[in-house]
Amino acid sequence: MSTEQILAVVTLDKSQVYYGAPVFLTHNEDEQERMAVSLSGILNAMVHDLGNGTYVLVKH
Amino acid sequence: MVILAGVLSGTATRVVLLRIDYRQYPGYPHGYLAHAFLGFIASALGAVAVPAILKPDFTAVTFLALAAQQFREIRNMERKTLESLEESELVSRGLDYIEGIARTFEARNYLVMGTSFLTSLAAQFWGLPIAVVTAFFAFLTSLYFMSGEVIGDMCTVVPARISFDGPILMVDEISIVNIGLKPMREKIIRDGLAVKIIPKDGNARATIHDIGQRRAIAFTAAAILGTKKDVDIPEFTPLARKNPDTGEVGLFIVPMVKDMERFIAAVKLTPVLESARSKPLNAGSSIDVAKKMDKG
Repeated sequence: MSTEQILAVVTLDKSQVYYGAPVFLTHNEDEQERMAVSLSGILNAMVHDLGNGTYVLVKH
Repeated sequence: MVILAGVLSGTATRVVLLRIDYRQYPGYPHGYLAHAFLGFIASALGAVAVPAILKPDFTAVTFLALAAQQFREIRNMERKTLESLEESELVSRGLDYIEGIARTFEARNYLVMGTSFLTSLAAQFWGLPIAVVTAFFAFLTSLYFMSGEVIGDMCTVVPARISFDGPILMVDEISIVNIGLKPMREKIIRDGLAVKIIPKDGNARATIHDIGQRRAIAFTAAAILGTKKDVDIPEFTPLARKNPDTGEVGLFIVPMVKDMERFIAAVKLTPVLESARSKPLNAGSSIDVAKKMDKG
């Protein structure tokens, strides 16, 4: 089976601190969405919405 | 003459069986040639066995053991080819499906050998006309053996609705996957297709819960309808997930050709994998025995 791995985190909320994966801080939802799209293209990863203003990019 | 009859009928069987399996395996011209030739060898072995036994030259029969070895090699060959192609496949077949195909290729050679053996046997004892009839019946038997069960035999497949619960993609009430990007969600709603696979009984349920079987279904659907997935758009990967309570399986795909009828047909035509088939319902009698043992 494949091993899922979080490659990057794109978040609006500075207070959310993540360890173990690069964090990309963004200022508004528009920027966040664009950032997630380009990172997903670069990393060939899938974007998941955690529902609290944070996206994670996961390689499946 | 006897040998010729056997070889001809065997090779013909192999060629016809090759035509049938195109749905599960893209027939490359070289692949066709290799398998037709191996089929020819198999039928030659089967045909030669009869005169060898009659002579009587029993050591010749040990050739058959050699043949079995040779055909196991065919299985390995198919498995290796498909496994190495798997990496560059957008929607992968899954190891279970590959194993199933490889095994089928091996088994077909045994059928070919059996056909040519019976035909040359008939030619030896009863002459050519009977041999033709025997070849025909052996041929029909081979066809019967090789048309295995398909998903449509054990499940009903109905169209289902794609919706989103927040970021979660839903096929009717079954949650499939978390899609983060809004444009992707809109595209999936617009272009996606979904079906629900409803097992007819407990045996069918156990079979479609096999991960390999579900991947085989997704692969067949993607192979027939095409897929909008690419390496940088993993969101469009066809996925099959089950409803843990009812045992129904929801399948979603973003196809190139949005045609629900073809989609349902593709799902129904997916072969039931040998490795996935299980019959828990038929375990009843031994379960009853075990229950009685408990009561003492």
